[in-house]
Amino acid sequence: MTRLHSAAELEQLRAAILSSRDPAKPCIAVCAGAACHGLDSLRVANAFQREVEALGPAAGVEVRVTGCHGYCEKGPNVVVGPAQVCYFEVKPEDVPEIVESTLKGEVVERLVYKHPATGEKAVHMSEVPFYKHQTRLLMGDNTRIDPMRIDDYLAVGGYAALAKALFQMTPDQLVDEVKRANLRGRGGGGFPAGLKWETAKNAPGDERYVIVNGHEGEPGAFMDRALFTGNPHKVLEGLVIGAFAIGSHRGFIYTRHDSPQLVKHIEQALAQAQEYGLLGDDILGSGFDFHVELHFDVGIFVSGESSALMRSIEGLPPEPRPKYIRTSVAGIRDKPSNLNNVETWANVPQIISRGADWYAGIGTEGSKGTKLVSLSGNVVDSGVLEVPMGTPLRKIVYDIGGGAAGGKSVKAVHFGGPMGGSIPVHLIDAPLDFDELAKLGAPVGAGGLLVMDEDTDMVEVARYFLEWLTKESCGKCVPCREGMWQTMKVLEGITKGKGKSGDIARLEDLNDVTGAACLCALGKTAADPLRSMLRYFRPEYEAQIARGDHRGDEAVGSAAR
Amino acid sequence: MDSAQIDPIIEKHRGKPGDLIRVLMEIQHENHWLPREVLHKVAEVLEIPFSRVLRIATLYKTFSLTPKGRNEVHVCNGISCHLRGAKQVMEAVERATGVKAGETDAHWRFSVESGTCLGTCSIGPEVIVNGAHHARMTPAKVADLLKRYP
Repeated sequence: MTRLHSAAELEQLRAAILSSRDPAKPCIAVCAGAACHGLDSLRVANAFQREVEALGPAAGVEVRVTGCHGYCEKGPNVVVGPAQVCYFEVKPEDVPEIVESTLKGEVVERLVYKHPATGEKAVHMSEVPFYKHQTRLLMGDNTRIDPMRIDDYLAVGGYAALAKALFQMTPDQLVDEVKRANLRGRGGGGFPAGLKWETAKNAPGDERYVIVNGHEGEPGAFMDRALFTGNPHKVLEGLVIGAFAIGSHRGFIYTRHDSPQLVKHIEQALAQAQEYGLLGDDILGSGFDFHVELHFDVGIFVSGESSALMRSIEGLPPEPRPKYIRTSVAGIRDKPSNLNNVETWANVPQIISRGADWYAGIGTEGSKGTKLVSLSGNVVDSGVLEVPMGTPLRKIVYDIGGGAAGGKSVKAVHFGGPMGGSIPVHLIDAPLDFDELAKLGAPVGAGGLLVMDEDTDMVEVARYFLEWLTKESCGKCVPCREGMWQTMKVLEGITKGKGKSGDIARLEDLNDVTGAACLCALGKTAADPLRSMLRYFRPEYEAQIARGDHRGDEAVGSAAR
Repeated sequence: MDSAQIDPIIEKHRGKPGDLIRVLMEIQHENHWLPREVLHKVAEVLEIPFSRVLRIATLYKTFSLTPKGRNEVHVCNGISCHLRGAKQVMEAVERATGVKAGETDAHWRFSVESGTCLGTCSIGPEVIVNGAHHARMTPAKVADLLKRYP
């Protein structure tokens, strides 16, 4: 690898990479995203590699092991370019037939998508129901990139936005562009990223930091991992642009330790970017220096909270602190620290290369761009999908996800995991929008969408989330540590048929206190799922409590007593 | 514990208190648990009070202060697996191994954990044994699966 000293050298390298590739030749992309990997897709990839090696280089077939394609339910996924023919549930023994058909320009009919009700087939990615309703600005490149090869990212136009930022724009213009695009934080809060950047940029002090939050600790959320594992350079490019805009020379990536591929791909991306001179000292000969360190969460949800995360990077226990001084003013070692989520950073390169006006043209009045959603639970087709903001949830759940699994009907959808909320199916025409969904009590959060079918017990779901959260609280604030525990005990009593009248009032009391008196979002929003359920599914709670009340003298009352 | 493998890990981080989590994570991955004498060594080499090392080591769920069995069985308890029947799978695992989540059997064969979401919700409910994913588990499949891990 040669070090690049200017934007012109980057473009020369890109031209050389592109000229060595023939886009008309077949390329077989085997998904090695988390779910496909769990289904042993590496055996499929190895089978393809052996088969293609036996053909020899003259055949011109390329095999690429890629990150998540999105349609996890039907893994292992294989996409054959250039026509983007999709094969699902591919086994190693299917490989010779796929290669043979590909060489002849044919399709293996038995492995393409078949509609479960009508039997109608869909061959190409643009026709498969799961993909055809999406707008894949962030995820679309995943099938074209081997995450271990920076050249693949350069081949799809990678780091052109960085060159533009360094040589054609000033830091002020960059901040302004992100502000005008109205890019809102994808991690949960939906806070405008441009404003955060501006605060960090203008905060007093010589040293400032930028951080990628790749913690993704919420159960049922897996889109950040899909993006970061599948296309690490996109996130890294956004981070370097942000660092230049804010005036930071040191960045941190905070992510999960328990996903070996994710760690491997990030480490490789950092090393390769460094070798090309896209990271480190004097990036692309611009005189701008920027270094990145990798840090890990080792198993507690609260360390995904920004101030707790920063303590963790310092090697201290991850306890949140009050935020009357924002972390963008005083974060890591009390220096201004700008933290954004994986997906937020990944949006930056396209905003810089295509402009704020283009970006702001996608989405709704208050929520711009596209949003990654991880769809799971009782749904036919789960996976990672990307749609423009404003897309009705109905489209996501039914057109993309195929509705509830097993011929059942959808009862509710839940956004935002243990700190989110559930809305009943009659509100499913609500748009995917930060403000609209927050009003309904189901804030988008990071984008984990859970489908719950008719058999779901809503008291049990609230109890589950609270049980989960009691193990994740750092214990610093009493209302969080004790309040959640007591709430859970009341719910446990109700699910065991030991509910009693007054339980709902007690739950509401507890919700009010934990909501008001905790420092960080974990405690403040811990009651949100329960709140949404008392708002929409109250009769179900009342019925279960009545079941306990009628047990008469035998009833021992709620466990909280 | 094999100190020939652990000592070099600690040495890499000599005099760097900020590396505490990283060094404990590397030892946990290598050794599967954190013996007390190792924690003392970490405190000494990284120049951190032992009490702080212990605080971090007991706070994060990944770290174990007790030895693990030969096979680590992780039953995902994420919300999607939960909705798809993870509880029944866990009960089957408990029956097959004779121990509950958080415990290790007397023959050091299995350590069972009720684990957090690994983001593979589409193929849940999942049982992960020694890092290998076993997708779409049912209680009926559990006993046969665990027989493969002596």
